[in-house]
Amino acid sequence: MYSYSNFDADFVRSRVEEFKGQVARRLDGSLTEDEFKPLRLMNGLYLQLHAYMLRVAIPYGTLNGAQMHQLAYIADTWDKGYGHFTTRQNIQFNWPKLQDVPAILDALADVSMHAIQTSGNCIRNVTADHFAGAAADEIEDPRPTAELIRQWSTDHPEFAYLPRKFKVAVTGAPHDRAVTKAHDIGLRMVRNDAGEPGYEVVIGGGLGRTPMVGKVVRDFLPRADLLAYLEAILQVYNLSGRRDNKYKARIKILVHETGLEELKAKIEAVFARNQTLLEPVDAGIVARIAADFAEPTWVRKPVVDLPTDVGFRAWFDTNTAAHKNPDYAIVTVSTKAIGATPGDVTSAQMRVLADLGEQYSHDELRISHEQNVILPHVHKSDLPAVYASLKAAGLGTSNIGLISDIIACPGMDYCALATARSIPVAQEISNAFEDLAVQHDIGELKIKISGCINACGHHHVGHIGILGLDKAGVESYQITLGGDGTETTTIGERAGPGFAYDEIVPAVERLVEAYLGLREDETETFLAAYRRVGMAPFKSALYPEVVANAA
Amino acid sequence: MTQVIDRSGFVQDTWSGTLLPFEAFWTGQDIPETGVGVIFEADSDPFDLQPWFERLEIVVIPFGSSADGRGFSLARQLRQLGFTGRIRARGHLLVDQFRAALRVGIDELEISDEHAARMTEDQWTSVPLPQTSYQKMLNAA
Repeated sequence: MYSYSNFDADFVRSRVEEFKGQVARRLDGSLTEDEFKPLRLMNGLYLQLHAYMLRVAIPYGTLNGAQMHQLAYIADTWDKGYGHFTTRQNIQFNWPKLQDVPAILDALADVSMHAIQTSGNCIRNVTADHFAGAAADEIEDPRPTAELIRQWSTDHPEFAYLPRKFKVAVTGAPHDRAVTKAHDIGLRMVRNDAGEPGYEVVIGGGLGRTPMVGKVVRDFLPRADLLAYLEAILQVYNLSGRRDNKYKARIKILVHETGLEELKAKIEAVFARNQTLLEPVDAGIVARIAADFAEPTWVRKPVVDLPTDVGFRAWFDTNTAAHKNPDYAIVTVSTKAIGATPGDVTSAQMRVLADLGEQYSHDELRISHEQNVILPHVHKSDLPAVYASLKAAGLGTSNIGLISDIIACPGMDYCALATARSIPVAQEISNAFEDLAVQHDIGELKIKISGCINACGHHHVGHIGILGLDKAGVESYQITLGGDGTETTTIGERAGPGFAYDEIVPAVERLVEAYLGLREDETETFLAAYRRVGMAPFKSALYPEVVANAA
Repeated sequence: MTQVIDRSGFVQDTWSGTLLPFEAFWTGQDIPETGVGVIFEADSDPFDLQPWFERLEIVVIPFGSSADGRGFSLARQLRQLGFTGRIRARGHLLVDQFRAALRVGIDELEISDEHAARMTEDQWTSVPLPQTSYQKMLNAA
């Protein structure tokens, strides 16, 4: 794992001091609220419906046991004893007081963490495959690249006041678990014909009110050119991105309005100039980063026979994934017990996770964009002990990838932008399918719920997407079908008119029933079935009265 | 009236000469041989200014709002293209943007007196200006 250099540590500390000064200047009137707002946002501090919210960066979703312990401490000391893991691999604290925020930032700095650039119109916390460095299908660990981008983008003097926020994601595996095609820049690590490492660069992806699948702007970028190329993209975007309308300010709109070819020509021109002007990236820093992400020293011990009881088997089948070391497994811990709030974890649970990470996962944990926690390196012989501890802490739910493993944004329970509730919808769907055996029979099914058109709940890429809107003061939920956030990224299709709050769960139940009735066999997933049969049968299941009226 | 600010704090405006809009150069209006500067709006392209670099003593980049970061890219591009004269950012810039402004090659700011009364000199001079940065370290030769 990356360990802070003296510079990193000093930098984070000086930013805490700077923020203390900014709070003081806001309080004494030197700064107006309008002027203060971008400054607090750049330090992760939002003003929400009921309180301030502090968003803490977990760069590329990787943290260690001590850091997780500290998050638990913060939750207990300055919040209400829990935190919320987000779809951007961050953690949010929902109830801090403004005057406590500098102390929280200090506590974060104590464990090499911060809240810098988790908000605002700047380059945000870079995200990566949550199975990085562990997945069996990986070409290369994307985290050294992500860390290099973190350093380059942190406090970049040119790109702190962009037209709009800017998100970068990296994956090192052919199976895209990082939704790279829905980011402003998505990087896929590839090899060229000569076997040299580089990146496929995708730009202009995004969800929100204008969902777009990113487009390839460079199919092979040599590794050494990465930062010069990113500078070129950002410089073109900073100067040419729209600033007249915040809903049209993301780079996806620039790509759409300018056209990929023209924009690409501009980017390549700036890149060509950058190559002659920028010094190559310091090889010492690159080497140091790479060394920090070297593989752990794997434990060599025999793999014992695993328990055969139904509970363990179900958990093993759904919540573990293939590790590149065949003696190991990747464990995904579900934060989504039946009826729970997706992504919410109590301080007591954080401590259990921290301890398990330290004891059984080479002191590493990950946060996934699906709001779960990963123990990336668990020796198979340790799985029974890990499962027992998780189960005792209420973290043993065997539902990864299943219908109750729902992504939901905070929605109207917390968020100032929300137009509808998301969390209670997730909870009620979870309750409606509380029988895990039924969930296993339904198989892989990703439901994603957003409480407004900004799409933080990624509904566009849910197999079943749910978007909560406000229709003349009443919540109305729209359903989209067939979305996909992997390497075959697809924006879901809208099924038809919206459903009232009390109609949405029955509607989901009808969709599932329709799927179970039409699938070829249990190996055909919901998404595969949808792709085969199309919208029509699902539409008739969703709107039976229309079918009845037509008859 | 306005207040000029550089690394040392609030300073007298030491530049006097003819400040022309960029169009004046483009259309070939009579341009004085010396003591000339340009007002270079944020939607301009620094490449277009390159032929006049030698003759320009100062480039003034207007900042309409502190949220509009185009001027940071303009200034950096001017430096990358080899402009060595003075660069001044004029308009609504915050104390908190001072460090970034200096780092992209802006030499001085010009803000309104009203603005300067609220953001006093001590706030500007207490901005830490570290010798190094992530970007400097990454591209350190």
